[in-house]
Amino acid sequence: MQLIQSPMPAQNSNKKALKSLLTTATCALLGVNASVEANTNPLADWKFDTALMVYSEVNRVSAAEAIIAGTKTFKNDEILNLKVTLDALTGASANGAVGQPNVQTFTSPSGGSNYRVDANKTPLDDTFKDTRAQASAQWTQPLANNYTWSVGGNFSKEFDYLSLGANTNIAKDFNKKNTTLSAGLALAYDQIKPSGGIADPLTPMLFGNEVISGTYDDEGGENRSNKVTIANSDNKNTVDLLFGLTQVINRRMIVQFNYSFSHINGYLNDPYKLLSVINNNGLTQQYLYENRPGSRSKHAFFAQTKYHFAHSILDASYRYMTDDWHIHSHTVDLHYRMNLSQDNYIEPHIRYYTQTAADFYQPFLQEGSTVPEFASADYRLGDMDTYTVGIKYGMPLGSGKSMAFRLEYYHQTPKNSGFSQPGVLAEQNLYENIDAVIAQVSYSF
Amino acid sequence: MSKAKQMIKMNKTSMIKVATVTAVILLSGCSSLGVEPWQRDLLAKDEMALTAAPLDAALDDHIYFSKEASSGGRGFGGGGCGCN
Repeated sequence: MQLIQSPMPAQNSNKKALKSLLTTATCALLGVNASVEANTNPLADWKFDTALMVYSEVNRVSAAEAIIAGTKTFKNDEILNLKVTLDALTGASANGAVGQPNVQTFTSPSGGSNYRVDANKTPLDDTFKDTRAQASAQWTQPLANNYTWSVGGNFSKEFDYLSLGANTNIAKDFNKKNTTLSAGLALAYDQIKPSGGIADPLTPMLFGNEVISGTYDDEGGENRSNKVTIANSDNKNTVDLLFGLTQVINRRMIVQFNYSFSHINGYLNDPYKLLSVINNNGLTQQYLYENRPGSRSKHAFFAQTKYHFAHSILDASYRYMTDDWHIHSHTVDLHYRMNLSQDNYIEPHIRYYTQTAADFYQPFLQEGSTVPEFASADYRLGDMDTYTVGIKYGMPLGSGKSMAFRLEYYHQTPKNSGFSQPGVLAEQNLYENIDAVIAQVSYSF
Repeated sequence: MSKAKQMIKMNKTSMIKVATVTAVILLSGCSSLGVEPWQRDLLAKDEMALTAAPLDAALDDHIYFSKEASSGGRGFGGGGCGCN
C-alpha cells in the first residue's frame, strides 16, 4: 500500500507555469535539452541525474561543481553507472601563517609574484585558481546465490593533481534479503605536482625570487623560486577496506553498520601550507613549509538508520573516526523528509561535526626551540567544531523527471587546543570562524 | 616456537573464534528481524534507499573531505583532489 499520493497533474496553473519556468531555467543551466523525444533518443533507456552546486565561503574560497551521472539497467539487473564531474575553484585559502600587527608579504607558490596581507588579518593566499575534471564508471551485477558484485574505476585531474582509483565490492543477501553483508576494497594512486615544485619540508619560504644556488632550469639559467625544492612531483597510495552489515528491522525501518579502514602512504603534506616562526614578542621571523608524517591509518565506524513514518522519512547517521595522527571525530547527520501533496517534499538537514587536533598540529613555531619532525598549522588538522543547516525542496515533473533545490549554511569554529599566544599574538585571532553557503539545483530525467 | 609467538598465535585463534561466534549470533539474531517480500512497499521506495540522493552525498563528501580531517564511513574514503 502506498501511503503517499501518486503523482497527480498540477491543478494550479500558476504552479504549473512556475515549474515549467524553473525546469527550463535549470535545463538551460545544466545544458540539457528537456524536449528531446524519448523515442528518438538513443539514451532513452538511461536514467540521468544532474546537479549544479555552488560553494561559497565569506571572503575565501568559492567553488562551482557540476555533475552528470547516467545509469543504465540491463535486462539481467546489471547496472552501469557513468559519472562526470567538473569543478572550478577560485578565491583565497588560509596559508597557515598567523596574523600580525603589521602588513605581511608572501611569495606566491609559483615564486613569480608576491601577495600582501593586511595587518591583523588571517593570511590568505588568493592566488588559487583551479579546475578539476573527474570521470568514473561503476558496474554492478547480481551473481548466483544472492551475491552482488561491483567493480569500478575513477580518474581525476587538476592542473597540479592526478588521481587514479579502482574499487570492487561483494555483497551477499541472507534471510529473505533482509540482511546484507558486504566487503569492499578500493585502491588509489595520487600524484601531486605543485606549482613551483615540492618544498623541502620545514625549510623557510624565500623572498624576492631568490636564486637557488647550484640548480638550473631547462635552459641552463639559475632557478629562482620561493622555496628550496626537493622534487617536481610526489605521490601517495591509498588502500581502503569497507565492511558493511545492512538489516531490515521491519516494514518501516532499515539500519546499516559499516567499518572502514584506510591506509595512505606517501606525500601527505599540503605543499602550499606554511607555519610562522615567531619570537618571544609574538613577531614573525620567518615562514617554514609544513611537514606531515608519510603515512596515515584511519578507522571509521558508521551507523545509519532510516525510518518511514506515515508521511515522512527520518534519515539519521553517526560516524566515529580515529587515526594514527590522533585525530578523533564524531559526525551526526540528520535528514527529515516531509512529503507534501503531489509528491513534492521538503527536507530539512542538520549536521554536526567535531574533531580533535592531529598530534603534530601547532598554530606556529617558536624561535629558539627545536623544530619538531612534523608540524602543520593547517586549521583543518586542529581542534574544530562545524555544523551545517540546510533545506531541500524536491518536486516531480512527470514522466519520471524530477527537480530539487538545496540551500545550506556551513559554519566552522576552529578552536585553541591549549596553545598560549605570546606578545602581540595575544591580539590576533588565530582561530577565525568560517561561514559558507552551499546552493544546489538537481535535475533527474 | 617461543612463548610470545605461541601467545600471539593463540590470541589470533581466539580472536577468529570470537569473530565467528559474534557473526553467527548477529546473523541468527538478524534472522528474526525483517519482512516478507510482500511487505516491502515502503522499503522499496527510492527515498528509503540508504543513499537516496547519491549526487548530494558525493558533493557533500567532496566539501567535507576538503574542509575537515575526516572522510569515509558511508563508503570509501573519497579523495582524488588536491582540495585547498
